[in-house]
Amino acid sequence: MIEMTGIRKAYQTGKITFEALRGVDISIKENEYIAIVGPSGSGKSTLMNLMGCLDKPTGGEFYLDTERVETLSPNQLADIRNRKVGFVFQAFNLLPYATAYENVELPLLYAGLSGKERKARVTELLNRVGLGDKMANKPTEMSGGEMQRVAIARALANKPKLILADEPTGNLDTKSGRAIVEIFNDLWKDGHTIVIITHDMHIAKRCQRIIRLKDGLLDTGNEEEEQEQSLKVA
Amino acid sequence: MYALLSVKQFFRDLRSQKLRTFMTMFGILWGTVSIILLMAFGTGMQEFQQKRFKGLGENICIFWPGVTSKPWNGLPRGRHIRFVSEDATRIREMYPVIKHISPEFPRSNVMLKSHKNNLTAQVIGVWPEFHKMRNIIPAAGGRFINDKDMEKKRRTIFIGDRLAEQLFAGEDPVGQTLQVRGAPFVVVGVMVSKDQNSSYGGRDNRNAYIASETFLTMFSRRYPNNMVIQSTNDNNIQEAIDSFKSYMAAKYNFDPTDTETLGTWDVTEGFKFITNFFVAFRMFLLCIGCLTLVTAGIGVTNIMNVVLEERTKEIGIKMALGAKKRTIMSQFMFETVLLTCIGGSIGFIIAYAIVMVFPLLNLTEHIGTPTIHVFESVMTISILGIVAFLSGFFPARRASNMEPVKALKLF
Ligand SMILES: Nc1ncnc2c1ncn2[C@@H]1O[C@H](COP(=O)(O)OP(=O)(O)OP(=O)(O)O)[C@@H](O)[C@H]1O
Ligand SMILES: [Mg+2]
Repeated sequence: MIEMTGIRKAYQTGKITFEALRGVDISIKENEYIAIVGPSGSGKSTLMNLMGCLDKPTGGEFYLDTERVETLSPNQLADIRNRKVGFVFQAFNLLPYATAYENVELPLLYAGLSGKERKARVTELLNRVGLGDKMANKPTEMSGGEMQRVAIARALANKPKLILADEPTGNLDTKSGRAIVEIFNDLWKDGHTIVIITHDMHIAKRCQRIIRLKDGLLDTGNEEEEQEQSLKVA
Repeated sequence: MYALLSVKQFFRDLRSQKLRTFMTMFGILWGTVSIILLMAFGTGMQEFQQKRFKGLGENICIFWPGVTSKPWNGLPRGRHIRFVSEDATRIREMYPVIKHISPEFPRSNVMLKSHKNNLTAQVIGVWPEFHKMRNIIPAAGGRFINDKDMEKKRRTIFIGDRLAEQLFAGEDPVGQTLQVRGAPFVVVGVMVSKDQNSSYGGRDNRNAYIASETFLTMFSRRYPNNMVIQSTNDNNIQEAIDSFKSYMAAKYNFDPTDTETLGTWDVTEGFKFITNFFVAFRMFLLCIGCLTLVTAGIGVTNIMNVVLEERTKEIGIKMALGAKKRTIMSQFMFETVLLTCIGGSIGFIIAYAIVMVFPLLNLTEHIGTPTIHVFESVMTISILGIVAFLSGFFPARRASNMEPVKALKLF
């Protein structure tokens, strides 16, 4: 599903260049359930943005489903984001003026589905995350957990194989966080590939595999030690 | 569906930024109104002036006898040249380019007496075709002096509308008797009122006209005061003038290049001047109107830039969900175009309303009737379109070129 070798990402801020990723090799197979952990600033979000084709690496090779991402045009990348990837963010990132229904509908619009198809799909998705009765609510009229569930429904809109979640429970209390994690577990069982960034080791431990980052590199050090460090950071 | 979503978004912006949206739309509206009104009033004034100019006559030239200023064929300068009616007859026979010609025998301060009133006015002896050249149109029920009047030296008289008013105070003068210096004349016609902004020897509406043959029997005069010619169309007035002059130069033995011998008033020159002046004037008005619109356009760009700042995050979200550049771009373009369309349409309606209502204010007598021509409308629409496109294009391009990650501010 994802083949990354020697991936680098440098950010240019004025005259200063900062390498957030300094040569990362990652391979993720289909229907894997992966957690990315690491201290703040270690490059987790940067890595995830690359995986989701929101950004392009400044070095290395990245194959997504056998496609070399660096060679793709902005429009092709937009298509990939639309059909192959579903994003879930810590800050939900819903359109504030649009209803739950309209938010979930957006990726379907970009995919060019007809009104009838969209209606069926949006209804199905919102029912699936348990928000069948809140379709007309705007983000301001929903709780954090509900907003994140709308965001998940939106991420699932075009049935992407890959779900990327950047600290999806970071803004939620333990209970709503647990509910969100349950949804991810279900999605994994349905065959989706799932990558979650988290500071919560309980969540990470439920995953099949943990990828550790430190200062822009994969951390292959002692596992137990790392776990403790991560817990401290969290 | 995109469109519907965009419309929704547009009205949401409209509501959340009421004042700003209103100000922008008002700018476009104001620009449209001013450009159309400026052009409409410019056109109205031009047509008004041109019509008044044509009041004197179209494609006509007037000649006065004068004094030679150059020696010629052994003759000295300073000789008085005078032409006679027979010259007019000959000229008309000789030059087909001259469509009409008439000598004029004016006499001022002639006592006119009707059964109601008496006064003094100018009486002019002319040929029947005089009125065709000079846009003197007989009111219904009347006629101008005709060939029979000339032939038989009949005592018939045609009077200007102002004169008719003063002499007959609302009665129909046609068929009534008018004493001209004690001699009874029959009024055969009254002039239809017309606009006239230039004249020689008094306005036509205050004059009385009789056949030149009749004039000569009453007032001992041999030499016409002047002659009027009209060319067959507006391209050959110069040829007509040259023909007239060469005939006169040959007949009266003066240098044809001597421009001072015959006083010449080419009326078309004034008309050409007025036309050119108004072309320039209207261009000037158009420029002012355009500038107003461009200013409004800059306002729209400003607004769209602010909107862009506010929507950076939203654009990032949409890009993360798979929106393509052109989707983002078209949303912004759509909003600008809609803003301009609404402002422009309201502006059009207001401008049309003002132009419709204006004639009711009774000011048209002084500055003409404002008229909206297709040219102006097409012009305004094109300028509006360009303004809308440009003011939307740059913010839209900026929006669509944003990097998704930066727009999202994920870090
Ligand atoms: N657009 C950017 N320009 C410059 N530097 C950036 C940019 N984005 C990220 N960085 C830097 O890259 C490094 C990695 O950032 P990243 O967001 O990937 O960290 P993270 O591991 O997700 O941290 P956190 O756990 O706090 O979210 C940080 O030091 C950050 O300052
Ligand atoms: Mg992060």
